[in-house]
Amino acid sequence: MLSEKEVNHIAKLARLNLSSEEVKRFSTQLSDILTYVEQLEEVDTDTIKETSQVTGLKNVTQEDVIDTKCDGEALLLCSPLPKERKQIRVKTVIDNT
Amino acid sequence: MNIQNLTIDTIHEGLINKEFSCTELTKAFLEKAKKENERLNIYITITEKEALETAAHVDEKIARGESISGLEGIPCSIKDLINTKGIRSTSGSAILSDFVSPYDATVVQKLRDAGMIMIGKTNLDEFACGGSTEYSFVGPTRNPHNERYTAGGSSGGSAAAVAAGTCLYALGTDTGGSIRQPASFCGVPALKVTYGRVSRSGVTAMASSLDTVGPFAHSCRDIAHVMNTIAGSDPEDSTTPEVVVPNYLHSLDESIKGLTIGIPKEYFDDGIDEEVKESVHNAIKQLEKQGATVKEVSLPMTKYAIAVYYIVMPAELSANLARFDAIRFGTKPDHTGESLEEYYLNARGEGFGDEVKRRIMMGTYVLSAGYYDAYYKKAQKVRTAIIEEFNTVFQEVDVLIGPTVPTPAFKLGEKLDDPLQMYLVDSLTVPMNIAGLPALNVPCGSTKKGLPIGMQIIGPQFSEAQLLTIGHTYETHS
Repeated sequence: MLSEKEVNHIAKLARLNLSSEEVKRFSTQLSDILTYVEQLEEVDTDTIKETSQVTGLKNVTQEDVIDTKCDGEALLLCSPLPKERKQIRVKTVIDNT
Repeated sequence: MNIQNLTIDTIHEGLINKEFSCTELTKAFLEKAKKENERLNIYITITEKEALETAAHVDEKIARGESISGLEGIPCSIKDLINTKGIRSTSGSAILSDFVSPYDATVVQKLRDAGMIMIGKTNLDEFACGGSTEYSFVGPTRNPHNERYTAGGSSGGSAAAVAAGTCLYALGTDTGGSIRQPASFCGVPALKVTYGRVSRSGVTAMASSLDTVGPFAHSCRDIAHVMNTIAGSDPEDSTTPEVVVPNYLHSLDESIKGLTIGIPKEYFDDGIDEEVKESVHNAIKQLEKQGATVKEVSLPMTKYAIAVYYIVMPAELSANLARFDAIRFGTKPDHTGESLEEYYLNARGEGFGDEVKRRIMMGTYVLSAGYYDAYYKKAQKVRTAIIEEFNTVFQEVDVLIGPTVPTPAFKLGEKLDDPLQMYLVDSLTVPMNIAGLPALNVPCGSTKKGLPIGMQIIGPQFSEAQLLTIGHTYETHS
């Protein structure tokens, strides 16, 4: 069972503002889903290795070259925030005051 | 002009023999798309201007006596999860409602080079999260066969776009069934490719170890046409191995004599609708008449696939969707707040819909300290067990056939209040994503109520050509 307190904590980690209605609902729904996935405990996996990808490829590398497919101006245009000297202006990250 | 029953080949012939111009053809499809869009909500954006410009260009080429390629001048649609340069690409989300992509996905670039006429960008569940297209920020796509039913999802718009006759082919994405399930519900053939067969560069990432891009069309032949253009290794997607791309059209007419079809008994158990079982069994009998032999097999790990999926997928999704913060791109929140953190919280709280939030929460939880081993690591191990089970069974049989979905399409709104019930709809499609296998949905009948039924033909990795041969054999003999 995922408590509302835990839901609030996870939401903060995920940077999601949730309404109190959402917190309440997710607490029940996520608990149901977690109960469902816990059936994996039935499977004996002591001698099984994990799979994180299915291609069999290893260490795919490429030359470090600048890609000019998109120009900087076009990329900056995608931002909804003000731009200054080819940079996006955001709220203060580290406040020294 | 009459645009019913056209194929990629017949349009190509018509264009080079000057039976109709590409502009006439495009106008007819645009008119059909607009009409069906009002009824079914298939498209997020109809790209009329671009379509007509490309059509005029194709007509000029033909007038100059230049040759045109097989897909040149052929109307198609693209799922809005796939980025298209200069055209709004929303991923079905409010957080990208005004996002115009500054570049083309590799698949789009390949189709542009091949001369596609893009009719529009199709509707989907937000960030491909859902099985009914009801979680789109523009509302659900309705089923062309019955408007009270869902078109399936997440690529419901692409499936409906083809089924309603608004284009010849469409691209979708399949992470847990998002191509095959809507194809089954809407009654069109569609291919979920081997993981890595088609580039995902420029396609908004959902779950990176499971995502695939593939085509919907009116026939397996037309799917083969599209595959010939979109398949292959891409330097911009490091998960696309250098495996030779066959000509998928060349093998279509090969005989299936001597082929062994495995019938997994778990795919026909009690939870499967009776009408679905009967239609799929009848389809298998047709293939036996063409010389295939049938063998019952067992895949007991099937029942764990959804549990593995709902750990691995949200984990990967929560990491991928962390990039949506409305700073470099995205919709600015109504309340920007006092700090950067508040900006993030509001942008994501306002910009994401219900199902996406639920999955981000689930993913963040299973990856959080103290739970990683119990959930994520465990799921990755069971994933291995599922893969090994498929490997063993493919030593005995060439392909597997079963229902694509346990039931026909469900009604709009039916599963919205119960996420787990929505997840279980994918119980027969998810295993192939977990193992990275290709699977082809082929329509094989309909219910008494007139809703389509689909079977899926599943093969080992990179066996797409064989799947299309079998699908084509069924289409020509049923």
